[in-house]
Amino acid sequence: MQISFTLNRRPTTVEVEPATLVAELLREQLHLTGTHIGCDTSQCGACVVHLNGLPVKSCTLLAPALDGATLLTIEGLTGAPGSNQMHPMQEAFREHHGLQCGFCTPGMLMTAVALATEKPDLTEADVRHGLEGNICRCTGYQNIVISVMAGAAAMHAAKGE
Amino acid sequence: MGNVIGIGAAPKRKEDQRFLTGRGNYVSDIKRPGMAAGVFVRSPHGHAVLRGIDKSDALASPGVIAVLTGDDVADDGLGSLPCGWGITDAKGMPMKEPPFPMLAQDKVRFVGDMVAFVIAETPEQANAAADLLKIDYKVLPSVVGVLEAVRPDAPQLFEDVPNNICCDWELGDKAAVETAFKKAAHVARLSLVNNRLIGNPMEPRAAIAEYEPGTDRYTLWTTSQFPHVVRFLMGALVLNIPQHKLRVVAPDVGGGFGVKQFHYGEEAVITWAAKRVRRPVKWVASRSEGYVSDRHGRDHVTEAELALDETGKFLAFRVNTLANMGGYLSTFGPNIPTNLYGPLLGGVYTTPAIYCNVKVVFTNTVPVDAYRGAGRPEATFVLERIVDVAASEMGIDRVEIRRRNMIPKEAYPYQTPVLVQYDSGDPMGCLDGALVAADVKNFGARKAASARKGKFRGLGYSTYVEACGLAPSRFAGRLGARGGLYESATVRVHPTGQVTVMIGTHNHGQGHETTFAQIVSDKLGVAFENVDIVFGDTDRVQFGMGTYGSRSLVVGGAALSKATDKVIVKGKKIAAHLLEASEADIQFEAGKFSVAGTDRIKTFEEIAGAAYVPHNYPLEVLEPGLEEQAYYDPVNFTYPGGCHIAEVEVDPETGTVTLVNYTAVDDVGTVINPMIVEGQLHGGIVQGVGQALFENAVYDEGSGQLLSGSLMDYCMPRADHLPMMKVATHSTLCTHTPMGVKGCGEVGTIGSPAAVINAVVDALSHLGVTHVDMPATPNRIWRLLQNASLPVAAE
Repeated sequence: MQISFTLNRRPTTVEVEPATLVAELLREQLHLTGTHIGCDTSQCGACVVHLNGLPVKSCTLLAPALDGATLLTIEGLTGAPGSNQMHPMQEAFREHHGLQCGFCTPGMLMTAVALATEKPDLTEADVRHGLEGNICRCTGYQNIVISVMAGAAAMHAAKGE
Repeated sequence: MGNVIGIGAAPKRKEDQRFLTGRGNYVSDIKRPGMAAGVFVRSPHGHAVLRGIDKSDALASPGVIAVLTGDDVADDGLGSLPCGWGITDAKGMPMKEPPFPMLAQDKVRFVGDMVAFVIAETPEQANAAADLLKIDYKVLPSVVGVLEAVRPDAPQLFEDVPNNICCDWELGDKAAVETAFKKAAHVARLSLVNNRLIGNPMEPRAAIAEYEPGTDRYTLWTTSQFPHVVRFLMGALVLNIPQHKLRVVAPDVGGGFGVKQFHYGEEAVITWAAKRVRRPVKWVASRSEGYVSDRHGRDHVTEAELALDETGKFLAFRVNTLANMGGYLSTFGPNIPTNLYGPLLGGVYTTPAIYCNVKVVFTNTVPVDAYRGAGRPEATFVLERIVDVAASEMGIDRVEIRRRNMIPKEAYPYQTPVLVQYDSGDPMGCLDGALVAADVKNFGARKAASARKGKFRGLGYSTYVEACGLAPSRFAGRLGARGGLYESATVRVHPTGQVTVMIGTHNHGQGHETTFAQIVSDKLGVAFENVDIVFGDTDRVQFGMGTYGSRSLVVGGAALSKATDKVIVKGKKIAAHLLEASEADIQFEAGKFSVAGTDRIKTFEEIAGAAYVPHNYPLEVLEPGLEEQAYYDPVNFTYPGGCHIAEVEVDPETGTVTLVNYTAVDDVGTVINPMIVEGQLHGGIVQGVGQALFENAVYDEGSGQLLSGSLMDYCMPRADHLPMMKVATHSTLCTHTPMGVKGCGEVGTIGSPAAVINAVVDALSHLGVTHVDMPATPNRIWRLLQNASLPVAAE
């Protein structure tokens, strides 16, 4: 079947098998491999993307659900297409060493941006609770929590300017 | 012109840009033209005779290209998966080493054992065809626990391995220990289980193999921590592919923790299959598949006894352990519970006599091998737990008993009775630092505050040392290593003065691209951004043993340091010629070669240019070019260690243990990048906390089914399980590594389980609890509290 949606701010039309998962569609058909698959039980969160502005696990979403929707992936989080301008949350992860092997990072970032968008003044407890659906095996979460709080502050500071 | 960023600075990581923007290059991201999909068919039984496989329906299924089984492996005369260590028993007899076929041939020995490989146009077609294989199993009873496996009537995995015992290994002076026990004023005894763990790097394992008929070359992309070792083991010992015809690439790898430092059967099967089908073939494990095929860790049952004199001085330590090997010997398997365990039982104490017996046991479970810490967390857990038991039984404060037995700073180098000699350390300094950082003096007030809320609060210590930087080859060879454990680095200076380093370690989260660039920037005075680190490709990197055992900086960094020194030596020769001075008068500092006592200088870039444009150059005595290589084999292990203090709160209503504070003061030697070291400590500690509080791989005895086979059943630490940890370093320098570094990758995981469990026991000690096995789950604690039959009320 044919579906049309907005992918990283660009109109996109693709032919998909109805049983295709969004994570597979992104990785295999659209060559956007920044969205990762780390499990088969929707636990790890490496595949989080934004569907109509809300964070979802793309490994548990069928591609036909995208028809008419707006999808943002890690590749669309950066500034203008082709630029190296990073989102404040990405900058915060780099600044506070919020990543090691990088595999969980795209999902962490997408969840983090959604958390920060939803609540302007995130507490440490909010962040820890909010990251419950994203597993990281490298960092012990400490620098991720610090990064998310710093990134959220930077996002809201930028908006206030 | 960028900046020199040297040793001790904390630049942001070079590798982050690609990971933050979704542009990493993991194996599962790679696509090759004409690529087919492979799936492994795995045994659903823990133990069964494989009577036959009917491929016909599967072969007729749409899109199927090939179905390969153990018979095909046998027909092609391929080797068994090799074990990298051959240990011997107390009588000097070699361990029992049954073959480990890459696809099962006569029997399956664990749930997940590989039976067939199905290749089709798409993964969906391969999976559909796999379901059509008719596999005739005669199911046998499984044995999964070590205590059960050594019973006379236990199911036998191999005909020629009586009682499933691979090796009955020992270390230490048994007679001296017995004599000391007779003189003891007190003997503390402890039985414990070190729980089986599953490493769970977030990237599942994957591989792609391709064969080029035009050049007779193979390429394997694999999620590996040591591509050169895979090339050697697989090429030379399994598939008989000459080394120069085999390229192994481990690109970005999403975490390893030991799980990816073995040569897996999947790698051999897919490489062999790619030639057979003349197509690139790709396999990506699902997480569930990883649970039944990634090598597991730990799984010990131990009885320990500590003999003390009347003042609490340790006289002797005796440890008897049954260690689970799973169904076959994995790459490092038998080395982990023996050579990386027994020699650590001295800890940071002056115990004069130690004896350790380890029975290494086969069971119908996934093969067990190294997982972050590998043997050393198990040793630390036994020792640090029994020290607390002894302190409690003798009425001595837990910190005081440690102090009375600790090796004083001035006693280093210190020879232990169990092979290893510690070169440097200051355990007392780490302890003192941690006591302050953890605010132990106000613990009483915090405990009282918890009690007012109806919670039990406990404090736990772990003062520990580990041996890492694997390893001195000569020493490892005596212990049974079948390979060397050096490392190599090439420093290639380009004509314009930028530098590319080719190094044999593998970066999968540790920040090598940053740390190693700092070393080069520091030593050569080259801008940090003008240094790139290349790793993970046997066609680009000369050789290497890979990353594990906290060895990358210790051994690889030393090789890099040596290679950099050689560049400076050659640069001085070139500078002497250009500056018309004697070589002995040339100094090199901050990126400039100068004639001592003069203002005549040549920059590093000028020297690099002259080396590649040798118009004015001493060609009679010096080759053009500026590229140097070094191999480094350490003379000793390094011995990082420290003091960890955990503080927990137990809710008696639910049995939930909450980690409320965690403090670590570690001695990791010279710190190159403090930001990266802290990150390694955080991650390591949380993996140890995971073992102590959450993680447990559980098998069903009899059927051999893995009951904790997904992320829904195996509890991984999550962000809301943890407090903000305090980590700090209290460093003494390693006396034998070029930069004084000791390694920091595993210390967190080694020190933390004992600290956490000691805290849990402390919280419950008023109820008569003397030991809690890991993981201290709410279920386990709640049952313990019910069985204590004591008023479940705070003091």
